[in-house]
Amino acid sequence: MTGARARSAHPAGRHALLVELPDAEHTAAFHAEVLRRRAAGTLPPVTEVVPGARTVLLDGVPDPAAMAREVLGWEVPPVPDGDGEVVEIPVRYDGPDLADVAARWGVAPEEVGARHGSYTYRVAFCGFAPGFGYLTGLPDHLHLPRRATPRTRVPAGAVALAGPYSAVYPRSTPGGWQLIGTMPDPRPLWDPARERAALLTPGTRVRFVAPDGARGEAAA
Amino acid sequence: MTAKLTAVRAGALTTVQDAGRPGHAHLGVPRSGALDAPAMRLANRLLGNDPDAAVLETTLTGCALRPDRGITVAVGGAPCPVTVDGRPAAWGAPVRVPAGAVLDVGAAVTGVRSYVAVAGGVTAEPVLGSRSTDLLSGLGPLPLRDGDLVPVGTPARPVPQSAAAPWPGPPGELVLPVRLGPRADWFSPAALHTLTSAVYRVSPHSNRIGLRTEGPPLERTSTGELPSEGMVLGAVQVPPDGRPVIFLHDHPTTGGYPVVAVVAEPALAAAAQAPAGTPVRFTAG
Repeated sequence: MTGARARSAHPAGRHALLVELPDAEHTAAFHAEVLRRRAAGTLPPVTEVVPGARTVLLDGVPDPAAMAREVLGWEVPPVPDGDGEVVEIPVRYDGPDLADVAARWGVAPEEVGARHGSYTYRVAFCGFAPGFGYLTGLPDHLHLPRRATPRTRVPAGAVALAGPYSAVYPRSTPGGWQLIGTMPDPRPLWDPARERAALLTPGTRVRFVAPDGARGEAAA
Repeated sequence: MTAKLTAVRAGALTTVQDAGRPGHAHLGVPRSGALDAPAMRLANRLLGNDPDAAVLETTLTGCALRPDRGITVAVGGAPCPVTVDGRPAAWGAPVRVPAGAVLDVGAAVTGVRSYVAVAGGVTAEPVLGSRSTDLLSGLGPLPLRDGDLVPVGTPARPVPQSAAAPWPGPPGELVLPVRLGPRADWFSPAALHTLTSAVYRVSPHSNRIGLRTEGPPLERTSTGELPSEGMVLGAVQVPPDGRPVIFLHDHPTTGGYPVVAVVAEPALAAAAQAPAGTPVRFTAG
């Protein structure tokens, strides 16, 4: 990706602006630019900066039209490779959908972890539950649909796949994602008593590693 | 002196609410907070509290509380009978409740949500800077159950002498000014005309997450899937059944159904007080 501009910006009510980007990569770059300008004090006031799959919502904006004119003029540099903090998530690849995922990927079940653990991911956005991050980084040919029938209960710590995303469930909820593994102790994912409540914040890079600290591929 | 209130009757749904926890939407945390914020603030002002001090928000059936020390309360929001040990007491004005007496906040006569402010404020443990119960993600104190204890702080100031406060009456008809977008282009012109001309009704399936409506479905022109995107308070989201849902304070921070329009925030307090069956009109504005 080269330097880019936001594609369009739609007002969302009187005090918010939904900025639309062509893809996840440009969204990450635009989101990083918003945070840079906010930290530098050059961004007009906003109360919420909420990235989505291909959008960044700026909420609590006094003048969305003026904000739209401003952001559409930005030259946004790409996110450099290796930019951003890396969080390691220990995972055992023992999920109940491992065999289905292996069949769809055309690999043996014991190879799913090696594949999944070989990529570096990025938290594209959060949602669904506090601390639930949607991680991009899985190559296109490994994208999977959701399960036809959602589970009424997915355990906390489940490592899961759906569409282009990987995720780790911070707590037990219903869910329709394909479950491939387990984070043995999911408590660090969400701890509102901690200064940084969510482990996986938008922009954070993520690696899945074996519970003993080795890379996922070594453990699979 | 701090006090504790025992929930003698928790009511259908009674939660602790304050100004909520905005600023964490990017972590998937709803803003939460009192749905009828003006009512919460007015009840607090009557007691000399900080306007955003935590209060109890009841739903339709009120609640009953017994303090272990003498306290002063003000009940506002949805009008309802108020009694102390069975004797009628004022609604919308400071009321003294002696230690051991039972304050009964009755069922809403009109509207949905009454607010019980206590001098000194409710001091439940804050999470991310707010004491609010968030029913979508389960942050903050659990909804009140019979026998629960509600901690109350020490009043910072004496209760002011105040004239009766003006309370807006609950709406017979809910008129919601909307601005189209951000995804109005996912709908046909006919659907947009329907939105601002048809009469909807508040669905009984409404809650703190969203005010659901019944009425003519809005037809989409774009059948694709909307990639998850950030959602604002007051968003009018259109799920596959076509009936608009107005996002209230416990709304999900991202969503995958298109938002046809956004309701102006000042109108949401009235939306929170509109019982099931109330006619709803969306007007351009």
